[in-house]
This record gives sequence, structure tokens and C-alpha cells, in this order.
Amino acid sequence: MRITQGTFSFLPDLTDAQIRAQIEYCLSQDWAVGIEYTDDPHPRNTFWEMYGNPMFDLRDPAAIMLEVKACRDTFPQRYIRVTAFDSTHGTESVVLSFIVNRPDAEPGFRLIRTEEPGRTLRYSIESYAVQASPEGARY
Amino acid sequence: MGDMNTPQQITDAKKRYSAGVLKYAQMGYWDGDYQPKDTDIVALFRITPQDGVDPIEAAAAVAGESSTATWTVVWTDRLTACDMYRAKAYRVDPVPNNPGQYFCYVAYDLSLFEEGSITNVAASIIGNVFSFKPLKAARLEDMKFPVAYVKTFAGPPTGIIVERERLDKFGRPLLGATTKPKLGLSGRNYGRVVYEGLKGGLDFMKDDENINSQPFMHWRDRFLFVMDAVNKASAATGEVKGSYLNVTAGSMEEMYRRAEFAKELGSVIIMVDLVVGYTAIQSLSHWCRQHDMILHLHRAGHGTYTRQKTHGVSFRVIAKWMRLTGVDHIHAGTAVGKLEGDPLTVQGYYNVCRDTHTKVDLPRGIYFDQDWGALKKVLPVASGGIHAGQMHQLIDLFGDDVVLQFGGGTIGHPQGIQAGATANRVALEAMVLARNEGRDIANEGPQILRDAAKWCSPLAAALDTWGEISFNYTPTDTSDFVPTPSVA
Repeated sequence: MRITQGTFSFLPDLTDAQIRAQIEYCLSQDWAVGIEYTDDPHPRNTFWEMYGNPMFDLRDPAAIMLEVKACRDTFPQRYIRVTAFDSTHGTESVVLSFIVNRPDAEPGFRLIRTEEPGRTLRYSIESYAVQASPEGARY
Repeated sequence: MGDMNTPQQITDAKKRYSAGVLKYAQMGYWDGDYQPKDTDIVALFRITPQDGVDPIEAAAAVAGESSTATWTVVWTDRLTACDMYRAKAYRVDPVPNNPGQYFCYVAYDLSLFEEGSITNVAASIIGNVFSFKPLKAARLEDMKFPVAYVKTFAGPPTGIIVERERLDKFGRPLLGATTKPKLGLSGRNYGRVVYEGLKGGLDFMKDDENINSQPFMHWRDRFLFVMDAVNKASAATGEVKGSYLNVTAGSMEEMYRRAEFAKELGSVIIMVDLVVGYTAIQSLSHWCRQHDMILHLHRAGHGTYTRQKTHGVSFRVIAKWMRLTGVDHIHAGTAVGKLEGDPLTVQGYYNVCRDTHTKVDLPRGIYFDQDWGALKKVLPVASGGIHAGQMHQLIDLFGDDVVLQFGGGTIGHPQGIQAGATANRVALEAMVLARNEGRDIANEGPQILRDAAKWCSPLAAALDTWGEISFNYTPTDTSDFVPTPSVA
């Protein structure tokens, strides 16, 4: 399966030129860009590891691309996303977040149904990769 | 405007309060020199006085009948600070290009209203005056609320920012679809449509406004099957998914019962129809705030009073009321779809929902500055007769903070529901990507879609099926200050 979190997951994987164009857009909007990675892509795993703090003072798209590449070189088999933060009052949150690297194989998720009284079911979602191996050895 | 013949307020107390009938202006409901206070609530009415009725006297009557007046003088006014409680009509302008119609501005002292109650505001402002005989017609066009009054409302339980954080969806419009056919599907068949739509790429599916608990599908069956579909789609995609479970019912107790069950099953969102009333919506809003639930409002019924320009209540007023009352989503028009909506006027509704501070914008029908006092933002929903081929127009008109709902445009896809959903999601992401790259999507949009369709056959099929479909009818509710552009 292909995990479709992030703003552009239904498109073919973005090329470096496309990623750079999105970073340029973020900088033009005065947003700060951050890089995050994980090997636990559960839909409610909000806090991927930060590859450094959001780059508030780095306004050069080429330099940010070097950071993206460095993160990919370090973690080639993890999910990596570029996330933009807008500090404007009334927003003060993430405003763009898209995947720029994913593992070669994505085993996906198991849906666990627990039967409860009546016809009610309780649901949990479990990643096959997370279930199989500890952090760092999953993909 | 002023008129030498307009009766002036009678200031001599003995004359003013002697028994009998006076003109409303004589009673003090017109004051052309009045400067609204920062703490006043201000309403703008469009009035059409009966033939021979002086517009200023008509405006004074609106002010009177929406505040303290009755048809005759009453001495009991003198027991009160009645000069303060009297609403003041203070400005009357002829409506451009509409002879016989007037914009009248009325200011109300804050003491006239109960805190945190749109129901009370509505009972005052639209309670009696719309049936008033000296007026042929009246329409509440816009309202301004002082920030002191805004802060008496909790507002949306979730708001756009927190909704996006909860759903982990940023930088693009959300995508939805209403399950069709509206009526007749069993719970099992209904859940099938939900699963296909969500797995194919939609963020939300939606109950329609009249799906409650009919003989063909009991509400509990719907909730159970829908939540199985939602969770299965979430596992299949790795995304948070939702389906608006409509809890609209015949009593508040029953609505709470349905909302509780939705929560028990793990739904992220519930839905209610505007026809349940302002008080019921606010109660549900408070319940949602208590239970981390997003509240979707379907504006069922609004067209009966918002559509015609001469009589009723503008939807921009309803949008303001609903932001205060506290909903997270509101259907606010598409401009390009099958339902009524002039593009600029619709953008005005969207701005009311999403601004932190709304500025006067006459072409978009916004007559007042409005400080929202950090009240959360409502996510507008565009739904009704829209399809993937209009993606560039929709994003150009409405930006990212909107839910685009393609019901027929998903479920009617020739290759099936999943393909329909995928076509919409691909069109959406391709358009956002292109816009961020600096391309002029309003003009290059069709080419951007055709390029994406080269590698996405569901999108190609959608464009083949619906690419030429448009709904070009003249809107009825348009701005009085610019010519109405038509949407191709």
C-alpha cells in the first residue's frame, strides 16, 4: 500500500525540483520550514522526530534542500516530511506538510476489531512494520 | 438622506407620553445625528416601504418594532431608561438601481441583549418587524457585533486550525462527498459508499440533511456500518478519515443520544441541520467542545429566507450568527455549482467564516468592520453540483480553507466511487502544487488538469464525463455595488 498522508501523496513522488519549488513558496509566505522523519507512520502519530528545529532563520531554498538530502542520506528507509509553520496570529500552526521520502516497501496497517456488547465494535489500527520490529529496524 | 417632512422626535415629555398614537420618528426611533457607540450592535436592513410611506419613518418603525416600541404610546416607558433602550435608526440610503428600496442602519444598545444568545438576538432583530404592515418587504443584510458581545460566545468548538491538527491535513482544501442516493440505502449499502469514497482519497463522507432515522435505515445501523467503513479506510490509507454522522432528530434528548453513540464509536465529527434551531445548535456545540468533536452544520432550509434580495435574512448574517453560536463547518455555497450563488457574494460569506478581522467590502456584500475577538474560524463547505473539472476555479475562488464536496462528482464516476474520489484528490493536489509553484491556475487550470489526467485515468474519465458541465444561471442574490460577473 501507499500511505497517503501529507499534501501531495496522490501525485507521483515529487522530484527535487518540485520539492524546491514548494520550499520557495513557503519562504515567500514567510513560513518556517522543518524536516521530520519517522518509522511509525500511524495516522495519529503526530510527533515525528525532528531533523533539527524548524529553520526559522534559514531563508535559502538551496540550503534547505541540502538539509532534506542530508536527512534522506541518514534515514533512507524512513518516512520524511517537509513541514511549514506559520506564526501569524489566528494560524500559529502547520500550513503545509508533504512527504519527500518513503521506504521501498510499505506493508501498511492492520485493522483490529474488538467485539463489544450489542453490535458495537472497537477499532484500533496497528502498523505491521511497528508490530514486527523495534524502532530503527522497521523498514 | 434627510427629508424636511420627516417628523422629529418630540422632546417635551408631557406631549411625548400623552396617550395616543405617534409616528415612530416622533417617539424617538430616528436620530439622523446618532453616532453608533463602539458597544452598540448595528443592523443594516433593506426595506421596501409601502407606497406613500416615508422611508425615514419606515426605518424608525423598524428600529421601534425591533426594540421597545408598540403601536401606541405607553406610559410605562417612563419607568425605564427608555431613551437608551430605544433602538435608533440613524441612516437611510436609497439602494443603487433599485427604486423604492432603502438601506437603513439601526443601532441597538448592548443592554438590549442577553449574553451568549443568538436566539435572543434573532428574537429581537427579526422577531416582529418582517411582518410589519407599512413595509412591503424587509431584509436583514448585515450586522456588526461589538467585540464585547462577541466574547460572550464560546464560538466553534474546534475551529479550522485545530481541526487540521486533529486530522493531520494541511495546505490544501479538504475533500468530501455526500452519500447518494440521499434516501433508501440500507446501513450496509450506505457503508459501502462511505468506504469506497474514503479509500479512494476523500477525507470525509457526509450524511445528507434528510438522513435521520427512516424506515429503510435506523440511525444506529447507519452509525455502526459507517464507522466500520471509516476505520477500514483509515487502515487502508494511513490517513485520519471521517464521516459526518447526522444527529438531527425530533428532540434535544434524542440528538444527545445519537451524539453520544457517535462518540462511543470513535467518530471525529457529527453533523446537525440548521432547521433544529439556534438554541439546539448551541447546545450541541457545547457538547462537542466537551467531547473533542467537530460539528458540521448543513444549512438546510436557509434558501427560504436568504435567496431573495428584497425579503428575509442574508446568508452573511446567518454565517455570522453561526460562527458565534459555534459550528466548525458550514455550507456556504460554491459559486460554480448547481445552487444559487454569485461568486463575490459567496466569497463574502467565506470571509465572514474565516477572517480574524473582517473589513468593509461592499462588492462582497460586507457592510461593517467586524473584529472577531480571536473567536475560532469556521471552515466553509462548498457542496452541490461541483466536479473535478472546476478544481482550478474552486481553489482560485476559495483558497485552502474550505471543504470541497463532490457528491455526484464522486459517486457518479463511470469507473466507480473509488475512481471518482481519486480523480478529485489528484485534481486537487495537482492544482495546489501548481499554484504553489506560481502558476496562474485561473487560466492554466484546464491544462494542469489535462496534464494530470495523462497519468491518472480516473481523472481523464471524470473530465471526459463532466468537463463541459456548468450551471450558468443569473444569481438572484448579488452585490448592489458592482456588476455581477458570470462564471464560465
